[in-house]
Amino acid sequence: MSQVKEKKTRTTQKKSSFDKETYMRWFEEMTLMRKFEEKAGQLYGQQKIRGFCHLYIGQEACAAGAVSALKKGDKWITAYRDHAQPLILGTSPGAVMAELFGKATGCSKGKGGSMHMFDKENHFFGGHGIVGGQIPLGAGIAFAEQYNGTDNLCICFMGDGAVRQGAFHEALNLAMFWKLPVIFVIENNGYAMGTSVQRTSNVTDLYKLGSAYEMPSEGVDAMRVEDVHEAVAKAAQRARSGEGPTLLEFKTYRYKGHSMSDPAKYRTREEVAEYKKQDPIEQVKDTILKKKYATEEDLEAIIDKVKEQVEEAVKFAEDSPFPDPKEIFTEVYAEPDYPFIMD
Amino acid sequence: MRVIQFREALREAMNEEMRRDESVFLMGEEVADYNGAYKVSQGMLDEFGAKRVVDTPITELGFAGLGVGAAMNGLRPIIEFMTFNFSLVAIDQVINSAAKMYSMSGGQFNIPMVFRGPTGNAGQLGAQHSQNFENWYANCPGLKVVVPANPYDAKGLLKTAIRDNDPVIFMESELMYGDKGEVPEQEYLLPIGKAEIVREGQDVTFVSFGKILKVANEAADILQKEHNVSAEVINLRSVRPIDYQAIVDSVKKTNRIVVIEEAWPLSSIATEISYHVQKHAFDYLDAPVQRINSMDVPLSYAPTLVDGALPNVERTIQAAKAVLYM
Repeated sequence: MSQVKEKKTRTTQKKSSFDKETYMRWFEEMTLMRKFEEKAGQLYGQQKIRGFCHLYIGQEACAAGAVSALKKGDKWITAYRDHAQPLILGTSPGAVMAELFGKATGCSKGKGGSMHMFDKENHFFGGHGIVGGQIPLGAGIAFAEQYNGTDNLCICFMGDGAVRQGAFHEALNLAMFWKLPVIFVIENNGYAMGTSVQRTSNVTDLYKLGSAYEMPSEGVDAMRVEDVHEAVAKAAQRARSGEGPTLLEFKTYRYKGHSMSDPAKYRTREEVAEYKKQDPIEQVKDTILKKKYATEEDLEAIIDKVKEQVEEAVKFAEDSPFPDPKEIFTEVYAEPDYPFIMD
Repeated sequence: MRVIQFREALREAMNEEMRRDESVFLMGEEVADYNGAYKVSQGMLDEFGAKRVVDTPITELGFAGLGVGAAMNGLRPIIEFMTFNFSLVAIDQVINSAAKMYSMSGGQFNIPMVFRGPTGNAGQLGAQHSQNFENWYANCPGLKVVVPANPYDAKGLLKTAIRDNDPVIFMESELMYGDKGEVPEQEYLLPIGKAEIVREGQDVTFVSFGKILKVANEAADILQKEHNVSAEVINLRSVRPIDYQAIVDSVKKTNRIVVIEEAWPLSSIATEISYHVQKHAFDYLDAPVQRINSMDVPLSYAPTLVDGALPNVERTIQAAKAVLYM
């Protein structure tokens, strides 16, 4: 109860402790994620992108608010809705788009695809394809930070579907018991593929699951990037001061289906429209205009710049070569001369 | 040379590697306070402390995955399964995370870690505690699978496995932990992927690994003594990769082969070797390849049912006689 109350207080306060620079950064990052994913959706339709493809449209505040609340050196891991996060962690849009195309210049050299973006240099520990599988990994990444005595943490994202997996509960228990510096984030977009949260358990306030492990937990209106930032900043403070993990439930919404092959017939037009009214980018835009941090024209210019970036990314991906078939046998083992069975 | 137990050989390997490299740690059920369910890690908590010898709750999926995450982030975990029967609740993390990470990240995240513990039957433990998954894990690219047969192998191979930059499945046996064998005082490492010719012979090749190697050796003794048959015995030491060359070389000499393995027959290591030998030594074979596996059933409790289901010396001798047309 106290957690719910806390959330309400913060939302109604709407205090704007964030400066112009932060708002402008949020606007640009969220626009980049939105435009990139819109383009990915189009290219999927043109069969330039194959396989599965899960878009982040609608959920942008989840990533943007977390990036602004954390620092370089913190580690990120997520499930397979993973195109957007690396874009704002420093991976070039070209490398992400090339990965979607399956090109050798992709951030996973064309070996991962949509669900397996990785960028070690920018501390992005990947997109993972088995629901819930990345949650113990996130705890392990944090274990290594604790073992090495750093002040880095791991932020570990999952969808609402993942919280019904054993991996979630085992990882939460270990992380809390060992006070690992990890922030568990449930991006609750309401649907595990086509199954609504209400159809999966008696417990539909997902943050409450943390209380089984005495883990501080909180629900967050994740259509508001400010709320996301504040919740993550508070959790980061806890993690860095040795108090251990936090479970955050980001209440968000995906405008598109679960994947490109999902027409999302399990929800109403009205429901989607209702969420679009709270669009996270529009909210940031409104604040920027209200506070006169920038004009409509300034924001249009940013949108144009981002669109150009995305076009460049597409061109880069188009122009890049597919991996040489010889690459089948590289990077399976770290051992350079592993004797594969060849017949 | 001094003689030590199999469990001591494993412990020495871990102790030496943990002294050598701060990033190595041991994690599992009962490894610390209890000193190991089979006393493999006895004394390690005292030497290395709770930071590096870590007791876990019964949560194999959780700590296996945690180990993979730690390996992604620069550590070198040794994850102990109390037995590999329990690894089945963690197999998602072994197969989907550990074995895939290096490939699907385009070579950015290798997983330098060891999953170790006992495999196979250990007497009358019933169906759920008496299984072999060497062939299951060996099927999966990205993993290496090591199965030591004696204390000397155990130490030399475990040290190599801990230093290996890929995930290694290291499979021991409850029935071997008390086995004694010669282990040098000075440091040594054994390569993964190289078989050992345990005894040279002319008439038939026996291929085996792990604790079932004892069956092959005993059968070879009896064949020599009672039938004047000279068997060449190969200890594979690892089943991914498999040292095919050693097997083919031997078959070219003996023209006959029997594979002895504890796992079930379908898609076993024996099956794989049979394929390879018919493909690469067809003209050298004077008899069909024979395999001795556990019977194609869950292992029951009663001693008669256990004895009847496992590979044994008698079946091995019969198979040898069959390939020799005796």
